[in-house]
Amino acid sequence: MAHSARRDSPELPDLSLLKRLVRDQLIYLLEQLPGKKDLFIDSDLMSPLDRIANVSTLKQHEVDKLYKVEHKPIVSISDQICFLIRPRIQTVKWICDVVNADKAAGKFRRYKIIFTPQKFYACEAVLEEQGVFGDVTTDEWAFYLLPLDEDIISLELPEFFRDNFLAGDQRWVRTAGSALHLLHSLFGPFSKVYGIGRCSKMTYESWREQVEQGEQKARHAEIGNVFLIDRDVDFVTPLCSQVVYEGLVDDIFRIKCGCVEFGPEVTSSDKSIKVMLNSQDKVFNEIRNEHFSNVFGFLSQKARNLQTAYDKRRGMDIQQMKTFVSEELKGLKQEHRLLSLHISASESIMKKKTKQDFQELLKTEHCLLEGFEIRECISFIEEHINRQVSMIESLRLLCLLSVTENGLLPKDFKSLKAQYLQSYGADHLLTFSNLRQLGLLVEQQPGETLTVMESKVGKLVNDRTAVKLTDAFSSLAKKSHFRALSKKLNLVPKSDEEYDLRVPRDMAYIFSGAYIPLSCKIIEQVLERDSWTGLEEVTRLINGHEFAVTGADPKSKSDAQRIILVMFLGGCTFSEISALRFLGKERGYKFIVVTTAITNSSRLLEALLDNNV
Amino acid sequence: MFWSLRDGLGDSLVAAAPYGGPIALLREPLRRSPSTRPQLEIYSASGASIASFPWKSGPVVHLGWSVNDELLCVQEDGTVLIYDLFGSFKRHFSMGQEVVQSQVLEAKVFHSPYGTGVAIVTGSSRFTLATNIEDLKLRRLPEVPGLQGQPSCWAVLTQDRQTKVLVSSGPELYVLDNTSCTAVYPPGLSPQAGSIVHMSVSFSYKYLALFTETGRLWTGFSLPLQLPVCLLTFEPVYLSRCRRPRSQQPSVVLMWDRLLLVVGSSRFPLEDQSVLVGELDGVRIIGSISQELLQEVPLVCQDIFKIASMAPGALLLEAHREYEKSSQKADEYLREIKEQNVLGDAVRQCVEAAAHEYDPDTQKALMRAASFGKCFLTEFSPDQFVTTCRELRVLNAVRESSVGMPLTHTQFKQMTLQVLIDRLVYRQFYPLAIEVCRYLKIPDYQGVSRVLKHWASCKVQQKDLTDEAIARAVCAKVGDSPGVSYSDVAAKAYECGRPELAIKLLDFEARSGEQVPLLLKMKRSQLALSKAVESGDTDLVYTVVTYLKNEMNRGDFFMTLRNQPVALSLYRQFCKLQEPQTLKDLFNQDDDHQELGNFYVTSSYRDKRLEGRLAQLQSAVDEYNKAKNDFAAKATEEEMRLLRFQRKLDDEKGAGLLGLSLQATMEALMSLGLHKQAEQLYRDFRVPDKRYWWLKLTSLAEKEQWEELEKFSKSKKSPIGYLAFVEVCMKNNNRHEAKKYVSKVTPEQKVKAHLAVGDLEGAADAAIERRNESEMGAVLSRCSASDRLLMDKLNRARVATAKK
Repeated sequence: MAHSARRDSPELPDLSLLKRLVRDQLIYLLEQLPGKKDLFIDSDLMSPLDRIANVSTLKQHEVDKLYKVEHKPIVSISDQICFLIRPRIQTVKWICDVVNADKAAGKFRRYKIIFTPQKFYACEAVLEEQGVFGDVTTDEWAFYLLPLDEDIISLELPEFFRDNFLAGDQRWVRTAGSALHLLHSLFGPFSKVYGIGRCSKMTYESWREQVEQGEQKARHAEIGNVFLIDRDVDFVTPLCSQVVYEGLVDDIFRIKCGCVEFGPEVTSSDKSIKVMLNSQDKVFNEIRNEHFSNVFGFLSQKARNLQTAYDKRRGMDIQQMKTFVSEELKGLKQEHRLLSLHISASESIMKKKTKQDFQELLKTEHCLLEGFEIRECISFIEEHINRQVSMIESLRLLCLLSVTENGLLPKDFKSLKAQYLQSYGADHLLTFSNLRQLGLLVEQQPGETLTVMESKVGKLVNDRTAVKLTDAFSSLAKKSHFRALSKKLNLVPKSDEEYDLRVPRDMAYIFSGAYIPLSCKIIEQVLERDSWTGLEEVTRLINGHEFAVTGADPKSKSDAQRIILVMFLGGCTFSEISALRFLGKERGYKFIVVTTAITNSSRLLEALLDNNV
Repeated sequence: MFWSLRDGLGDSLVAAAPYGGPIALLREPLRRSPSTRPQLEIYSASGASIASFPWKSGPVVHLGWSVNDELLCVQEDGTVLIYDLFGSFKRHFSMGQEVVQSQVLEAKVFHSPYGTGVAIVTGSSRFTLATNIEDLKLRRLPEVPGLQGQPSCWAVLTQDRQTKVLVSSGPELYVLDNTSCTAVYPPGLSPQAGSIVHMSVSFSYKYLALFTETGRLWTGFSLPLQLPVCLLTFEPVYLSRCRRPRSQQPSVVLMWDRLLLVVGSSRFPLEDQSVLVGELDGVRIIGSISQELLQEVPLVCQDIFKIASMAPGALLLEAHREYEKSSQKADEYLREIKEQNVLGDAVRQCVEAAAHEYDPDTQKALMRAASFGKCFLTEFSPDQFVTTCRELRVLNAVRESSVGMPLTHTQFKQMTLQVLIDRLVYRQFYPLAIEVCRYLKIPDYQGVSRVLKHWASCKVQQKDLTDEAIARAVCAKVGDSPGVSYSDVAAKAYECGRPELAIKLLDFEARSGEQVPLLLKMKRSQLALSKAVESGDTDLVYTVVTYLKNEMNRGDFFMTLRNQPVALSLYRQFCKLQEPQTLKDLFNQDDDHQELGNFYVTSSYRDKRLEGRLAQLQSAVDEYNKAKNDFAAKATEEEMRLLRFQRKLDDEKGAGLLGLSLQATMEALMSLGLHKQAEQLYRDFRVPDKRYWWLKLTSLAEKEQWEELEKFSKSKKSPIGYLAFVEVCMKNNNRHEAKKYVSKVTPEQKVKAHLAVGDLEGAADAAIERRNESEMGAVLSRCSASDRLLMDKLNRARVATAKK
């Protein structure tokens, strides 16, 4: 990429330390139950566990058979059973059933439940209520953080988003605090912490509390600054279609735990192949942050380079050939394999995305972001719903419309919802109720009529009073003010200039130059100013809870000060990560992204569906 | 001794705790007349009165001290009352029901690795043991064969973590443990010696002394009985044992009325009636006017102070003495030591001896000598010297008669500093305890904080101060010392019946997690809940919620939750999974009709029967209406209508529609060819035209009913235009049909339509007709090399358009 990148980017700390720590702890816990045992694992813990300890490691520690928790009677014959689960009531209830069934059958076994990352009182209460508290031993596996890549750490808690933002259940806040505490104790002390959003604030407080309770060790900081941000600060970004390669792959093939499964249409055989997507993959590493339109160019260039490398052997003598085979060939072959995979993946993406509809979809999205031709957009969405293109996509467009437009007009609101229900069933009534609660899909409030009134009144009075009026009016209406934010922060670059996606000017390139992600823009602004001053208007529009705290010792102007930990509470998208990587290159920062889970528009909305009863 | 005992120690029960512990005195314990109650007095080891009160409970058989400086009073009926050092009653327990009838004849309080224990022998000659009074477990020991009434003497032994009772019945000696009663025979003690009348076990339970009625004394190892040390004939009144610290030689002290005899060495006359208390390294002799410690002189002291001793320590002491006098003899002595190369030993001896000395002047002399000697040594670790100095200072301070803890250095080492501080704290010598901690530089966490904690708990019991004053005083002193938990102090205040003070103190507690349990205990549930919420610890919130749920009636419970949104949402989450009905009640209470409606909708999906489902939905409609959510109400009503419709068709045609969305229902109907019914739905549910047209179009095309499609296209003007027809036909690979609709397409879309069917020429014509440059471009881009003519034509048209 032809960036004006700064050369002196600091080195990232070694995150694989996190993996080693939790692996050792898991082994210790398994050893606590000596002898052969069967291990039952929560299905969504399978992939994260695989990143930490593979099957042979587990077998070494006397795990006999591995099962997935399926909430069905079990078939295990082992007399020792170990459950590795998330602290969820349903799962614990199922375990109670298993234990009680064994009791009824007069079977004696030893049971151990390992909750990860922590246990909740509610779970123990269920054990007690079901009368099996004495029959099982419980433990905690403090598996808070899974490094997905050298700059991405995930808590792998997708339910964080729904529990925290929709249900108002703050049980995971402490978990997030503990995760931060862990990072602090390994890579801290942090010299400055910024944050925005209610949950961020609470996480920060939970972390502080834990710091105060524990003992402090003076060590050399490897991470200087921390930025905490709530997902509900910026819903627009995750609702947009992703067009950067990594984001696209996630949107289409779904990256799970840093690993993607390419189906037969990509592998051009009947088998599907699992591929790890991280910086180890040299080909991927070069294209992951690229706008999709550039990817083919890169790949073909790459292919040519590879060919040249292969061709080298033509003029070689025996000795050179020998070194070539032993040293380079393997690497080349590996690269070759990956290259061909990515090429076919790109082709598959092309097939899906370059269709007419996708172009129109993107156009609609951009119009919404810019606030142009809203009527056309609404009819596009209407048609989208009527033609049953996709349940989630339609919902996504509806939400994007509502968030950018500050709610829908009552008439549109009703008719679009009614049409959606006709398309996808009346049970989505509950989905709508959830979306409304989160402010993702709302009716325009009378506050909006205020703006109309404001402009009318504004014409009558002089400029000075008009400013005051604006303030008064905007404080009356509370909800998202995307339009105002966009103007204030310049989120939508002027559309009259041509945007060269090969040479990105700013973070907008991740959305084809149409929009700079709000979350990343805020981070950029705060880091630039070193505080929130000057952003009062912005934080007021976002609905606040911003804070900035200076911690340990900002004296050292070391490299660590340019390593910034960004923690997304409620998930972040690959596009945002790409944007931050770009920002880092521009400004000589390195970002480490910690997120409760990697999200995208589909995951975000699926978490809010309520028709799975 | 400070005390002035009018009647001496006669006719009283006396108990003195080891390690220089306090002394308890109960006069005439068995006097039963209610008019004159016996007096229970507690003194420090130096005889300073600590507490004194009339004994109001039943007759006391035995007094004893626990390891925590608590006084245990064993009553005749088997009840054991526990008092603290200041004579306030703490608690009581019983040694078993059967004791009430048979009465306690004798009792003993003993110390074991588990803590303090109590052993009793009842009127029915049975022994009962409790090894740890903190964790009371009564053990009734097996019967002793042939024992009637009181045994002549007995003792409790603790060995190998087992507690046993050694009992003599006449000439027989038995060992009682949990399960068995074994007769034992002390080797070397002839049966003629008669029955055993006294026995005593050493402090460490290692040695045993037996005294028979014929005046023979047997001493040896306690269990198994071994090694007779000596046999003597005496007539003692009291028997106690001590141990010579160095020689490992046990010695027995026998006491007659006015005579004390240390077996094998010397006899001392006694001035009045006294009591012997066995200590680790000696015997305390408590008389009515004085208290003495009888102890074998430690070896080091012997070495140094023995007349004409040539031990290195003695020489060093002498050298120093001469040095003080500025005499050159100092050098001679010193040289003598150096020649033997034992200066290090000399210093060590002096330091050690100083530790064992009681008199500060002697201590000083020895320490100075040691320090003097140290000057001539190059590599000598000062640690021992420094520690001893510090320890001596502490020991001297506690030996002070106002404190009254006559500890020897050996005892101090054995009981450890921690325990010493505890003891000071028990005696409420807080300032001294804190000084000691600071002086010995004990980490705050283990030292000062512990003292402060105890002080604060004691402070809150002061009845004469207001809550406010106490809270302030506590806060000022304790501040935020690490390790002092305000909640513990508050708990204490609450125990003393001062809930207001407890709440005030809890406010100082930084960790909310600690506040909550006590608040719950105090029934301040609202406050507990808000504190829990503040803490941000959901587990804590949940604990409180569960507690409240069980404590309160439903209405109050819900009201409480209502004021705490965090707790409420947590509880809702729980109910959703565990108790859906409660969830409903919760919404009902709040008049949250919207949520109630959602609730009914959710549960309608769980209902398998249609009737149930409809009933649930009807309830949902009612709730939505109450919530003024017309949209949801209408949507739900429509859903009900749809369900009924689907049911009807399912019954009639077996279409399997139930539960499908409106769209899916229409699709299914069309694919079944039930167009009429689909149309009925379209009209009934006011389906937008566009949707219906799209649906019908795709459905017909997919089933390749082209004629139907054509008819349909002509039924009225298409609301979705005709380009859609073209595209759908093409999708289903029917170019012929597609072409039919191209002509109907609006002019704007003509080019697209032509292109869709692959008719380049038509597209080109349309584009040229419309004079639209970009459209022409679009057509051009689709042209291949073979379309030369067309391309020229287009290019020409483009140029022409551009000119205009």
